[in-house]
Amino acid sequence: MSDCRRQWNREDELPVYLAGPIATGPNQRKSFGMFSSVEGAFESKTIDFDNYAVGRKGSRTPRSGSRERLLDAGGAVGKTSSQARQGSLSDPPGEQDDARAGVEVRLSPGVDSADGQSEKLLIRGGRVVNDDQSLYADVYIEDGLIKQVGENLVVPGGVKVIEANGRMVIPGGIDVNTCLMKSYLGNRPVDDFFQGTKAALAGGTTMIIDHVTPQPGDSLLMAFEHWQEAADKKACCDYSLHVDIPQWDETVKYELELLVQEKGINSFQVYMAYKDVYQMSDSQLYEAFTFLKQLGAVVLVHAENGDLIAQEQRKILGMGITGPEGHPLSRPEELEAEAVFRAITLGNRVNCPVYITKVMSKSAADTITQARRKGSVVFGEPITASLATDGSHYWSKNWAKAAAYVTSPPLSPDPTTPDHLNTLLACGDLQVVGSAHCAYSLSQKAIGKDDFTLIPEGTNGVEERMGFVWDKAVAMGKMDENQFVAVTSTNAAKIFNLYPRKGRIAVGSDADVVIWDPDSTKTISAKNQQSASEYNIFEGLECRGGSALVLSQGRVVYEEGKLQAQQGAGRFIPCKPFPDYAYQRVKFRNQVKQGVTRGMYDGPVHDVAPMAKYITPSPSARTSPTFNQPPPIRNLHQSNFSLSGAQIDDYIPRRSGHRIVAPPGGRSNITSLG
Amino acid sequence: MAERVNRDRAQDDLPVYLARPGTADQVPRQKYGGLFCSVEGAFESKTIDFDALSVGQRGSRTPRTARRGTGAGQEQARSPASDSQASSPGAESPVARGRRGTDSPQAEMRPGGGDEVLQTLEDEKSDRLLIKGGRIVNDDQSFHADIYMEDGVIKQIGDNLIVPGGVKTIEAQGKMVIPGGIDIHTHFQMPYRGTTTVDDFAQGSKAALAGGTTMIVDHVIPEPGSSLMEAYDQWRQWADEKACCDYSFHVDITHWNDSVKQELDHLIKEKGVNSFQVYMAYKDYYQMSNSELYEIFTFLAERGGIAQVHAENGEIIAEEQARMLQMGITGPEGHVLSRPEELEAEAVFRAITIASQTNCPLYVTRVMSKSAADIISQARKKGNVVFGEPITASLGTDGTHYWSKNWAKAASFVTSPPLSPDPTTPDYLNTMLSSGDLSVTGSAHCTFSVAQKAIGKDDFTQIPEGVNGVEERMALIWDKAVTTGKMDENMFVAVTSTNAAKILNLYPRKGRIAVSSDADLVIWDTDAICTITAKTHNSAAEYNVFEGMELRGAPQVVICQGKIVLEDGNLHVTSGVGRFIPCSPFPDFAYKRVKARKQLAVLRAVPRGMYDGPVSEFSMSRGGTPSASARTSPTKQPVRNLHQSGFSLTGNPAPCGPPTPDDVPIRPAGRRIVVPPGGRSNITSLS
Repeated sequence: MSDCRRQWNREDELPVYLAGPIATGPNQRKSFGMFSSVEGAFESKTIDFDNYAVGRKGSRTPRSGSRERLLDAGGAVGKTSSQARQGSLSDPPGEQDDARAGVEVRLSPGVDSADGQSEKLLIRGGRVVNDDQSLYADVYIEDGLIKQVGENLVVPGGVKVIEANGRMVIPGGIDVNTCLMKSYLGNRPVDDFFQGTKAALAGGTTMIIDHVTPQPGDSLLMAFEHWQEAADKKACCDYSLHVDIPQWDETVKYELELLVQEKGINSFQVYMAYKDVYQMSDSQLYEAFTFLKQLGAVVLVHAENGDLIAQEQRKILGMGITGPEGHPLSRPEELEAEAVFRAITLGNRVNCPVYITKVMSKSAADTITQARRKGSVVFGEPITASLATDGSHYWSKNWAKAAAYVTSPPLSPDPTTPDHLNTLLACGDLQVVGSAHCAYSLSQKAIGKDDFTLIPEGTNGVEERMGFVWDKAVAMGKMDENQFVAVTSTNAAKIFNLYPRKGRIAVGSDADVVIWDPDSTKTISAKNQQSASEYNIFEGLECRGGSALVLSQGRVVYEEGKLQAQQGAGRFIPCKPFPDYAYQRVKFRNQVKQGVTRGMYDGPVHDVAPMAKYITPSPSARTSPTFNQPPPIRNLHQSNFSLSGAQIDDYIPRRSGHRIVAPPGGRSNITSLG
Repeated sequence: MAERVNRDRAQDDLPVYLARPGTADQVPRQKYGGLFCSVEGAFESKTIDFDALSVGQRGSRTPRTARRGTGAGQEQARSPASDSQASSPGAESPVARGRRGTDSPQAEMRPGGGDEVLQTLEDEKSDRLLIKGGRIVNDDQSFHADIYMEDGVIKQIGDNLIVPGGVKTIEAQGKMVIPGGIDIHTHFQMPYRGTTTVDDFAQGSKAALAGGTTMIVDHVIPEPGSSLMEAYDQWRQWADEKACCDYSFHVDITHWNDSVKQELDHLIKEKGVNSFQVYMAYKDYYQMSNSELYEIFTFLAERGGIAQVHAENGEIIAEEQARMLQMGITGPEGHVLSRPEELEAEAVFRAITIASQTNCPLYVTRVMSKSAADIISQARKKGNVVFGEPITASLGTDGTHYWSKNWAKAASFVTSPPLSPDPTTPDYLNTMLSSGDLSVTGSAHCTFSVAQKAIGKDDFTQIPEGVNGVEERMALIWDKAVTTGKMDENMFVAVTSTNAAKILNLYPRKGRIAVSSDADLVIWDTDAICTITAKTHNSAAEYNVFEGMELRGAPQVVICQGKIVLEDGNLHVTSGVGRFIPCSPFPDFAYKRVKARKQLAVLRAVPRGMYDGPVSEFSMSRGGTPSASARTSPTKQPVRNLHQSGFSLTGNPAPCGPPTPDDVPIRPAGRRIVVPPGGRSNITSLS
């Protein structure tokens, strides 16, 4: 155990936290020279306080020079990409030809529409990448739908043509986990549906599924309508909703039924953490699973052991640790793995598909992997943060930085976690990538400045999601482009029953299409992100791969660094229950158990004192043939099946508490069968 | 899925229980063809003998199944006298015994030089014994040596010992001499709803001695809400009156509050108990919540106790039981269907997680399934201090019998966690035991008569839980693990005796053959073969879950407290000679690692300047995690954070002093603050 040697490394003194013998755990930090690599990598991450005003973004002066950023710092929308050059929609064809083959939009002769509102689009010369195959084909889009896919398409005149120049044309990403309206102690996240979906589109994500988070006691239905209303007004891309179940009771059941059958919701989140607030007991979970399974819904589980967390939090606070490092210390990854294991066990018992949101640690991912090996229907969702960064930053001396990483389950302090999760994602053990985008401002995070348990939980990631999966998995050679499409889009569409409308480039699918540029490189920074938060947890990380052009509902919304999102354009996409991807296996497993057919036991029965608590209620518990008063009615099961027949001494009452040596009717019929 | 195919076979229709995709679970039963017929067939002669229902009348029945290989004298041991009184050492003359001994090349006993009459007297009074020519097998090594004992203690070990005259000598003739077994888990004389288990301390410890076990550790189970001390005293009284061998106690914690804490403290410090069992099952009765478990484990870790855990998820079990009953499944098969092994594995996983959080050694009682054993094994590989205890039943038989058409037979297998219906489980557990992943073996001997089991004849949840196994434990492990080549004899000693002694902090007094250890010895006959049957076992139960099993290996001579209690199949036990062996806290076997980790487990906060940037307004009305210091902000705190005081990175912490409350204007809620009132915060501009 190398922890014994307390290491003082200049000022980067690291807390030696709970020493487990596990060498793969936090101890590995040591090999990185006490965070120095991480600290060093973020030298230029000073919070820019000018940023506090979201609206005034453009006015600030950048302090840290990122390479290409200066080139077009004057751009109206601060998004830059290394290849950002001139591309505006109305550029006449041919002007860009000298540039490296890029995405190029030009209009067919005779069309005057230049505002991106064109309903007819042709993507020419791209390589269409679906989750199952890649092929060179043109894609013709009309009215927000993909109308034709193939070569040498016959298209009407006046079509806007996008030259993909051999780049990948992929289905738009689906971000399965965002929290754009999850209020915390009366504070809304700074990214609302407008800001959040804008960021999503910039990152190549054309659909989000947001969590409706009612407070305990609130009506689910009201909360849902509230969310839907807000999203309809503001969302720039299509969206769907998960509904979180804050508590379990009868009224909830009714609302759930309504939501599934009439409102187009097919996924509900339950919590195993947040003791005394959202947390459900195992019995409640069992009931909830049973009920949701009948409805054909997907059960999302926030898996952490809330009881233990509460205890640990108390302990850590008692030790005087109040900073953000208390957050991961009080939520060690074992507790996540334990809850994942329990959730899967419950799912197995109820025979219900289980979806684990926010897989943050190796051990939780391994637990899911093992369960899948055993045949459990379980899905795991790592998030952008867990795939691209780790929890060493909780020990940052900069409170604001440390607090920015606070999310639950916490990022694992083990720096090998992102790699491991990416590997599992590549091999299919984890299925979908969300972002859990829930951006709180610094002042909101500061609610917990004296007590880490009060820090609002959430990190950004909706914009960076696609890029990091490409960078960490595809560019590293772990994953191929088809699997990339599967984990960023297709699997999500399948699990939530949106496939093939979403998640696939096929005739009849929605025209949510991204032209992906695997070569673009950008450096993530809060200064040029779409999100309104002042802090980006991926600050300074370089990311290969990015979207060159994004089509949402058949409209070009993002192109070469220019965002043309339209507030309120997003539609609510209803999800139908019983998604095949999750429920086909479950249906086959729904088989009835049978009891063993036996004759009735009619041997002696010991008389017992009734026990108040332990007895599981059962109507027939107390009726036994040896009771003092002869039972007026014989057991019905027994009536026509009596080997011993009526006995001559049936009327003699037997004393209780006495062992019967020779039963009155001779040997019992049933006990002498074997 | 194959289960749906063979439904309509005439009578043999098998319950098609929940279809799992993994075929390893319950499904493989079908591979045995004929729907349990192999199992049913193997037990043809297992009819319950109702004569046997009365314990006292045992001798009157005629045995139906012939036994092979059992010592000829064993029948005599089962004579009414020894059965009922359990103390008839003088019933036979030593001469007769000696003669019988020479019949076979078995260990033979002869008086050492003195005349026989004197020896006869000494046989009872004196404790001087010499075992010659045996091969001493400890958990670490085997060697040939003689053993001389006196006053219940081993005095000398070696060749050519100089011993006083008139010592009774046992010729071991090269046979193994092993430390007497320690059965770390029994429930003798356990009260259950106004009745008690049929094996009391006399009957049970007699059975233990007959099987080569010279010490038992029983569970004290106080009723929830009642005093632990009272229960402990009650059990002590029962055991002191009747036990024939040394014993010790675990105390079960059935409820949790401050008075229990005090009692635990007292038990550990004064009463010699160092292990306490908690329950994760039995909802609304014994079951503890996660928070309580956390507190108990923390408490025990401080006091040096061992946390034993009955690991099953009680909440899900309750749901499953209700579902089974609702489906009309009321027979014993409902027991195993409502307690699938995943629930055991889940609880084991959870217990290990809690124990690792609290840095408390964990002991999982009754490891019954492969998956639970796997979890323990994985946790041990990660370095957790966890011990697993498979029991005789899980090592020797499986849960297919729950589907027996014979209700009484099926019910006799009911125990919790249930035996796994997977027939490969015993093999697997024996392998894990051999590899050291599981540490000790108990028997969980808790026997009920058929009439008692029949309390639950209409409802499997009412069936009293418990199986036999104290007598069969040693032989069964020998047969399943050693003779199959999985385990060597040293490991055999470790899992049957030494490890238990180490965990209970009784080592080396118990669990080892060494000078000054207790003279609890067994001369083990590796070649003996006996068939287990309820007709000849020493337990009072009418049913033996190992009925018909043929086991190689048996104790030939058992010496307890320096006295010969079993010899040539003759059992001479004395009720009440058993002593309580107090266990001291902080056993090294479990706590050495824990202590080392405790020293490392120092958490320190990151020294930071105070954050004095803007803070959003918030309402604590809802949703906040309850926390004492929630509303106190540094602007109101008179005391600075202690961690911060002498360590300031900023060099010139000019604005470090928190602004006075007056400086802070009241901000409208939900408004973002552009420039914080105190100027730039010192802390956010560090990097």
